[in-house]
Amino acid sequence: MSERVVITGMGWVTPLGSDVEGVWKRLLKGESGIGPVTHFDASTCSTNFASEVKDFRLADFVDDAPAHQMASIGTHYALAAAATAWRQSGLTDKINRRRFGVYLGSGEGQLDYTNFLAANLTGWNAEKKSVEGHRWAERALATMTAVREVEQEPNLAMSHVAAEFGCRGPSFNCMTACAASTQAIGEAFEIIRHGDADVMFAGGSHSMIHLLGMTGFMRLTAMSQRRDTPQTAARPFDQTRDGFVMGEGAGMIILESLSHAKKRGAKVLAELAGYGSTADAFRITDIQPDGRGAAGAMMQALRQAGISPRETGPDGRPPVQYISAHGTGTKENDKIETAAVKAVFGPLAPRVPFSSVKSMLGHLIQAAGAVELMTCIKAIETGIVPPTMNLKTPDPVCDLDYVPNAPRDLTAEGGVDACLSNSFGFGGQNDTIVVRRFRG
Amino acid sequence: MRRRVFITGVGAVSPLGIGVQALWDGLCAGRTGLGAPSLFDASGFASKLGGQVPGEFSGKDFVPKSYRKAVKVMARDSELAVAAARLATEDGGIVTRGTLDGAPGETTYSNERMGCQIGAGLINAETDELTSALATSTDQAGQFDFRKWGTVDGGGGMNNLQPLWMLKYLPNMLACHVTIIHGCEGPSNTITCAEASSILSVGEGMRVIERDAADICISGGCESKVNLMGWLRWTLLNRLAPVGTQADGGSVIRPFESGSAGTLLGEGGGLLILEEASKAKARGTRVYAELKGFGAAHSPPPAYEAIAHVQKSKFDDRPGDGVRFAVEAALADAGVGPGEIDAIVPGASGIAVADADEAEGLRAVFGERLAEIEMITIAPNVGQTVAGQGALQLAAAAMAMREQRLPARLHGGTAAGGIRAGKWTGGGATLRNILVLSPSLGGQNAAAVLGRAGM
Repeated sequence: MSERVVITGMGWVTPLGSDVEGVWKRLLKGESGIGPVTHFDASTCSTNFASEVKDFRLADFVDDAPAHQMASIGTHYALAAAATAWRQSGLTDKINRRRFGVYLGSGEGQLDYTNFLAANLTGWNAEKKSVEGHRWAERALATMTAVREVEQEPNLAMSHVAAEFGCRGPSFNCMTACAASTQAIGEAFEIIRHGDADVMFAGGSHSMIHLLGMTGFMRLTAMSQRRDTPQTAARPFDQTRDGFVMGEGAGMIILESLSHAKKRGAKVLAELAGYGSTADAFRITDIQPDGRGAAGAMMQALRQAGISPRETGPDGRPPVQYISAHGTGTKENDKIETAAVKAVFGPLAPRVPFSSVKSMLGHLIQAAGAVELMTCIKAIETGIVPPTMNLKTPDPVCDLDYVPNAPRDLTAEGGVDACLSNSFGFGGQNDTIVVRRFRG
Repeated sequence: MRRRVFITGVGAVSPLGIGVQALWDGLCAGRTGLGAPSLFDASGFASKLGGQVPGEFSGKDFVPKSYRKAVKVMARDSELAVAAARLATEDGGIVTRGTLDGAPGETTYSNERMGCQIGAGLINAETDELTSALATSTDQAGQFDFRKWGTVDGGGGMNNLQPLWMLKYLPNMLACHVTIIHGCEGPSNTITCAEASSILSVGEGMRVIERDAADICISGGCESKVNLMGWLRWTLLNRLAPVGTQADGGSVIRPFESGSAGTLLGEGGGLLILEEASKAKARGTRVYAELKGFGAAHSPPPAYEAIAHVQKSKFDDRPGDGVRFAVEAALADAGVGPGEIDAIVPGASGIAVADADEAEGLRAVFGERLAEIEMITIAPNVGQTVAGQGALQLAAAAMAMREQRLPARLHGGTAAGGIRAGKWTGGGATLRNILVLSPSLGGQNAAAVLGRAGM
């Protein structure tokens, strides 16, 4: 018999703040974290706005912030989110560290731009249209540093988390683009179910609000270009949507085997009941038009949780009361995700509240899934589901219940018992998690 | 009942050549693929040798005809991966939509039952391609001008990058291309933990099959560090041996030697066909080995000045703990005792502090018996291919198991502490179980145990 897995701690760093309660309140108020890009001079960029983390100080979260000083900003977010989750979990240094692992979907750190750009331009030979290696190397070796370079490695965020909290069990970092932290949480769940660890940090962190990160998405024309109205630029499921808005941050949860949590008398926030993972295996830029990969991930996760998506409960309600959408606000994603939800839930699909907090937070890329899963846990705890903001013009191909423009209190109907959280990545990975109320 | 996992196909691309046979022949003959790289100009670095896939390697030769255009948006890392996948499926006799290439026929497995886990590195943007765009956006002093980069009242410099530019460099593009070509619609992942990436990926693939989420997985890892940024980063980290182009490539990397001057970077990697045992038996395919156990553990990485902040531990860590925990977990998972391991493929690549830590961990598990266990060292032959290294180690282990033979070893000095890693001609051997191990720069450690199939 596999172990049941529960969530006993959670923390996040988001463009709307870093305390769990405060951000949740702001999400229910429909606030936007979006504003002009301040991390670099993006003034001539077709997308010159983003959803940035503001007023963040690592020292507010960990005692030895100076030890992590040189880490990338994404790693700082990961450490802060992990510290919040750790405190909530009530775990202590008495933990068996060999049975305590970490699985992150953290992204790369950002380049040392000043010196990286200078090395490239110093080495550039305009006539030959190529960089002269020895000139490049001379400039780079004179100015770039080992610490700045190594901290860009995508496995360093988890190295810092493990160093801070003493994880000595299985440790992984995955990069499956926008699906990464959902996948990390799902695989961490499987590691505990298999008995390879008792406790796992799981989640992700990322910041791509930098020159080449933004450039990449601008060239793909994947981001909104509403320079005049950035605060309402993120419009998932709206007919006027024109792309996602870049965000940054981290989300981190503590997963624990139920037996371990019980033995120490931990307060359980929710149960992680199912995980599904598929690949589109279709095209590098497009999603399967029928949403087959996304539907497959949802079906697998539901099956593992023992939920039949087309059967109502004894109270006549759908078996899942909230779906946290991947809902990026790109033309294609929102249309196909809608089709996939219909394929899974059939006639019940229009009755399941299905919203995208990316309308307020922007797209936290590799951190998105973990943060969105946390909103599901808050929905279970409060009975209230967050809205999709900026949904003013319905799109005929997006015709489900997106909880437009205002949160919905479901407590009178019996609250929220089970949620799905979807994340789909560029490159075709689809990951879904089912989380539900813990009933002992 | 636990579902068992066999290795039924191996695809390898390395400085010793294309294919697992080229790797194996090179190892057995004691050849090295390390020499002066031609992919970029390394003259500005103290370390001037590395391992490059020989000949005019191109991913184009390994993808279906209909997919050739996509090679234009592949970084070298992805080209290595599509080649390894093609070689692995062919080697394992697995028919996929990619191997059919439009011809009529049945695939061996349905797409939903095929998974794919590929370890990858932080892929470096091609310098010429990027700089040709950056150079359009400079001020009078020749410095980059952010305002000339954008398209709104700027110069639009960024438009000199092809629209799909970023998709060349996302680490999950290796798995993306492989899943598209071969139709793997099951669980798919991209693990980015430096040297540990491949074994972590193979371990995860094993678990995916065990939990019945797929029947086969194409798992492993690939990376190319043969470029300016790769060399720069490892030079700054003090990990590369400072050698000129005249040095003998085969004697530079000295695994487990305390005075070793460092390693040399390479490129390559491999993908394995992991297949559920009863299904592999049913189709009567040749089996390299059983993948019997997997273990992973974290430890503060061994001492490097640059990462002093993550290695400084508040806890009671001992040297080699991460290696020890990973190996013990893999042995327990395999149900194999330390006395039943007949050979080890270590990560050791001639970086003295890392190799010493690895030796310490192995000694904690095997005690005095460590001096009796033969090592299969591949770094002197292929260099350090980082995210691809574990897959090449696994490929060597799979061949050793199948052939019941230990390959030769290269070593330019003397391995310390009585570890059997010195120069040796190799030969036939009785191999019940082989341990494959990868510690990493970030502190992630992964281990796998291969056993004789059918035993």
